[in-house]
Amino acid sequence: MFTKDAHLKRNTLSKEVELAPTRDGFGLGLVELGEENDDVVVLCADLADSTRAAKFRDRFPERFIQMGIQEQNMANVAVGLALSGKIPFVSTYAVFCPGRNWDQVRISGCYNNANVKYAGAHTGISVGPDGATHQAMEDIALTRVLPRMTVLVPCDAEETRKVVHAAAATPGPFYFRFARAGTPAFTTAKTPFQVGKAQLFRDGKDVAIIAAGPIVHAALVAADRLIEKNISCRVINSPSVKPLDEKTIEKAARDCGVIVTAEEHQVAGGLGSAIAEHLATTYPVPMTFIGMHDSFGESGEPAQLLKKYKMDADAIVAAVHTVLKKKRR
Amino acid sequence: MQRLTELDDLKRMANTVRQDIIKMLLAAGSGHSAGPLDLADIATALYFNVLNIDSKRPHRKDRDRLIVSCGHTAPVWYAVLARAGFFPVEELKTLRQLGTRLQGHMDRLTVPGVETTAASLGQGLSIACGVAWAGTLDRLAYQTYCVLSDGEHDEGSTWEAIMFAGHYRLGHLTVIVDRNNIQIDGPTERIMTKEPMVERYEAFGWHVIEIDGHNIEQVIDACSEARAIVEKPVAIIAHTIPGKGVDFMEFDYRWHGSPPGSVETELTPPKDQQGAVALKQLRTLGGRITNSDL
Repeated sequence: MFTKDAHLKRNTLSKEVELAPTRDGFGLGLVELGEENDDVVVLCADLADSTRAAKFRDRFPERFIQMGIQEQNMANVAVGLALSGKIPFVSTYAVFCPGRNWDQVRISGCYNNANVKYAGAHTGISVGPDGATHQAMEDIALTRVLPRMTVLVPCDAEETRKVVHAAAATPGPFYFRFARAGTPAFTTAKTPFQVGKAQLFRDGKDVAIIAAGPIVHAALVAADRLIEKNISCRVINSPSVKPLDEKTIEKAARDCGVIVTAEEHQVAGGLGSAIAEHLATTYPVPMTFIGMHDSFGESGEPAQLLKKYKMDADAIVAAVHTVLKKKRR
Repeated sequence: MQRLTELDDLKRMANTVRQDIIKMLLAAGSGHSAGPLDLADIATALYFNVLNIDSKRPHRKDRDRLIVSCGHTAPVWYAVLARAGFFPVEELKTLRQLGTRLQGHMDRLTVPGVETTAASLGQGLSIACGVAWAGTLDRLAYQTYCVLSDGEHDEGSTWEAIMFAGHYRLGHLTVIVDRNNIQIDGPTERIMTKEPMVERYEAFGWHVIEIDGHNIEQVIDACSEARAIVEKPVAIIAHTIPGKGVDFMEFDYRWHGSPPGSVETELTPPKDQQGAVALKQLRTLGGRITNSDL
């Protein structure tokens, strides 16, 4: 079952597991942080309720800046605040930041080494009915290529709350993403979290599933089902896409011999790519990638889309079977 | 650092800065000439008179901030920073060379006194808005200045920032627009209409002052007026002559992105003499000083 140190909820795999959108963790984390640190400022581009930045606005109106629909300006007003000693959180949909304003993020944020925290909302295919325009599937790629940038992808609301605190405590530009739909809230306050670290949620020896974001829960579901087929899966939660926990990933490659990566993101440039890039030069093993394969999404309910675009537990089970066929004997 | 209060001293410093620019560009073999030369009077007025800064304590919390948005005008800012004591004048000749702190476009992390990394146009005013906002949050009395090129008013992001500053009435923010009427591909009004610039700023809630950007007294006076206006942001439209001080460069957009020695027309000296001719013109104030030693 789950590793003891992971401190996951007992009902993680039951139907009764509580659902909460990861964006709720963002709102809660911001309010906690605002209480602790007067330098925290939140900027928002006309989406306060949707991103949950409104939680901070209602508590600390004097430290909230309504930017209107100005993502480019917002990114750099944040830079000015950061250069003056503030810890600004820039919040909007990830398709707009880092999508719309990537040049600002690159030069004024990263090259400038500004202490700006970029909070990308509505990421992944599970954005749902709004369709492809609003489903951020490229944001990890866009941020991960930037020198000095830290990139985090939390798996549930609680981990998102922790990431907000980590963002404030980590100097320099910092991107993290979260999602719209309610997803299993399965980690606890005791679940370990640290920038640069992956956590073993379930141990296993035949295949390692390394995932980030709410899809980590689907990986646990898949691993549970594969037990019936006598396949032992190691499930690793890897919220820290950059810096990557190279040690844990390399160990998984050596111990298990094959890897499945899973994320709600384009396969090109995401977590899976980061892992493949590292293993290619250290301990190459056969891999299969769960994610978007070079296409745009569409409107639909989250569960329908996750099924259609093969980013659910069924798809992970299938990927495990595929990758096991490539395993070197 | 030395604050200059006599107009003659300021004019002499601006001339020295122009010579520094030519020497830097000659050594580098690439870079922008027209903008840096036309900004020399404004940059000198700012660093040697207007700004409340101290080269020995470049990070003092209550210092005035200058955010340069047009990063390609780096040579003029490097020259005034060096002359103001932020780093050795000797270092100017390393511009754009491997291993230098003086990158082609300004890098905050390497050059003392540079407030922000800049280059991609249309970004600086947003940063200045954030700096001004932080000053209000912290109840610090500093003034935030931002130098914009006229060309970067083509960028939508510049107008986002103009709208934002007007909306929130950022009173401790002063923009200086280098209105030199050129951009890389030609005269500004041919490439993309900028006028009516005064009315555009006013429509966004700004107070506007127009000055001759080569009249140092006017630059200083306009900055004083801008500081006194606290209920809205102020734009100083500084009319300048691109390439100011070197006759074969003046008014010619082809010198926007080119160093001395790189452009030859019927008006210019041969390429290999352009640097020497430019420096002599500056030293002799365009031939008005006839002392043979020069």
